Amino acid sequence: MPSASELNEKDRSNETIRSADWERVAATDEFKSLIAAKRRFIAPAVIFFIVYYFALPALVGYAPGLMSRRVLGVINLAYLFALSQFFMAWIVAALYMRAAGRFDEMARKIIHLLQGRLKGGE
Amino acid sequence: MSTALAMFLGFIAVTLYITWWAARRSTGSSAYFAAGRSLTAWQNGVAVAGDYMSAASFLGIAGIIAFQGYDGFMYSVGWLVAYLTVLLVVAEPLRNAGKYTMADVLAYRLSPRPVRAMGALSTLTVSAFYMIAQMVGAGALVSLLLKDTGVTFHTAVIAVGALMIVYVVFGGMLATTWVQIVKAVLLMGGTILLSLLVLKHFGFSLGNFFAAVTQVSYHDAQGNVVTQNFLTPGLRYKPPYGALDLISLGMALIFGTAGLPHILVRFYTVPDAKTARASVVWAMLIIGSFYILTTFLGFGAATIVGRDFIAKNGGTNMSAPLLAQTLGGNLFFAFISAIAFATILAVVAGLTISASTSFAHDFWTNVLHRGKERSPGEEVRVARVTAFVVGAVAILIAILLGPNANVAFLVALAFAVAASANLPVIVLSLFWRRFNTRGAVAGLATGLLSSLILILLSPSIMKGAAVFPLENPGIVSIPLGFLGAALGALTGREPEAEAKFTELNVRANTGLGAEKAAAH
Repeated sequence: MPSASELNEKDRSNETIRSADWERVAATDEFKSLIAAKRRFIAPAVIFFIVYYFALPALVGYAPGLMSRRVLGVINLAYLFALSQFFMAWIVAALYMRAAGRFDEMARKIIHLLQGRLKGGE
Repeated sequence: MSTALAMFLGFIAVTLYITWWAARRSTGSSAYFAAGRSLTAWQNGVAVAGDYMSAASFLGIAGIIAFQGYDGFMYSVGWLVAYLTVLLVVAEPLRNAGKYTMADVLAYRLSPRPVRAMGALSTLTVSAFYMIAQMVGAGALVSLLLKDTGVTFHTAVIAVGALMIVYVVFGGMLATTWVQIVKAVLLMGGTILLSLLVLKHFGFSLGNFFAAVTQVSYHDAQGNVVTQNFLTPGLRYKPPYGALDLISLGMALIFGTAGLPHILVRFYTVPDAKTARASVVWAMLIIGSFYILTTFLGFGAATIVGRDFIAKNGGTNMSAPLLAQTLGGNLFFAFISAIAFATILAVVAGLTISASTSFAHDFWTNVLHRGKERSPGEEVRVARVTAFVVGAVAILIAILLGPNANVAFLVALAFAVAASANLPVIVLSLFWRRFNTRGAVAGLATGLLSSLILILLSPSIMKGAAVFPLENPGIVSIPLGFLGAALGALTGREPEAEAKFTELNVRANTGLGAEKAAAH
């Protein structure tokens, strides 16, 4: 299966992909489902991390009493919540890496499709 | 102090060797600006970490935690979480649709000349604030460490500036990248070692360590002994505006990183979007581990060295080096200081290359000469001259500001400008079909102006007479940047920009037609 960069090598020989080709790729079901799949992952992930992150300065700023409560020995909730942000970021990144493998596979199929069409068109 | 000087010189020798090696290898624009797009994921990931962990991170955060406890740790948190914006929203589309600079992505479907001119302006503004902060930090650090050898602030700033010009002018992106990698490894090594020494001091007991953090004593301005729990939030950001300021700071941090030109250009140095993505994850592992360890650097300095001693011996920015001196003696002090110096040098080199690339590629070639190099290699020549000029100007301004300029403030300003001006237009041009040239120019201008004006009106500049009550402008200027971009776009139609959205969308999501790696 050709990779994007192999196909690009081919593009260079006939200059660029024509604008009609982009439209045609964009209209395929494969491309639409790639965009939908990405959106299904990325939109909730972005909303989640933004909410989780801003909960920290908001709680620290507006509920200092609650956040100063000691929960683990002398360590307070504020520090633990801050520390949890690092693991939150790593976990979201790991989940995205896994999902992105699927997106790459879908993108490869689309490139393959276009390559077949370019050959056929000549 | 001659050990410190020897270590500085050792690091400089290594980096000059890297530059010589890179200068012999690299020819052509793609090699100079993007290291031939042939870096691996871990190489670029470590280099992103190297570019990112600046004087503000190593010296600045440790200092704020040492003086004001928990609130300083908020910087650490924000600076890592910021990478989720980079990873999920900008890194891959940018790699797929651009060539050398941030403005490439905007110029893709918008009218290239106005967008590139504004993009270059905002890149230069962000880089300048960031760079001057680093140079001031370097000058203060070096002149303090080497004061016995007669090195002054001026000499130190000129030396740092001259070195960074050499790396960038002769070695280009390849040399800059390897300088970042060497620096990131040194910085992580030094930080881990220092953290272990802090733990050893407390008998390797986290319980003892945190118990000490809850009872930090120092003398306040009136000379009274104060004992505070440094894990308590709010020691820096106090009512009535503290909470809003914290949120505002958070916004600049997590949205600013994805608009920092010197971080964005790093994604052009890898072969494809998949590698760009993997390199962000590598960077997140390194950066995250580093920022968690600022717990030990900052609270360690607060408990073991103490505010009183730090204040008398170089001030907040010297907290981490002084901790090293207390725990490991003069040799370790010299080692940690050399690492701080390396950190600054590497970040400055990264900033210089992104600023000069933007000027040469966006402004010189594309705005002034309508996208054509008049002779082969012109763009690289212009970038080299720009690097030289940028370096000289930064040296001059750093010397004018002097060693006491507030370093953290300048860096925060860079983040606020990046978040308010760059991020809105990048996001809208990637995801909104209706977006157009007018919107991009309006967004960049509103974001840039509103963040600069709010900083001028803030307590950081106007002290008691501040018109705007927050230190951090992000909470107002970021929405204004988005608003300016959206309103600008809605006041005009640009059929070509809308038509080309499809092409950009296919490109950004599949990697079709993306710039490819140089053949080996």
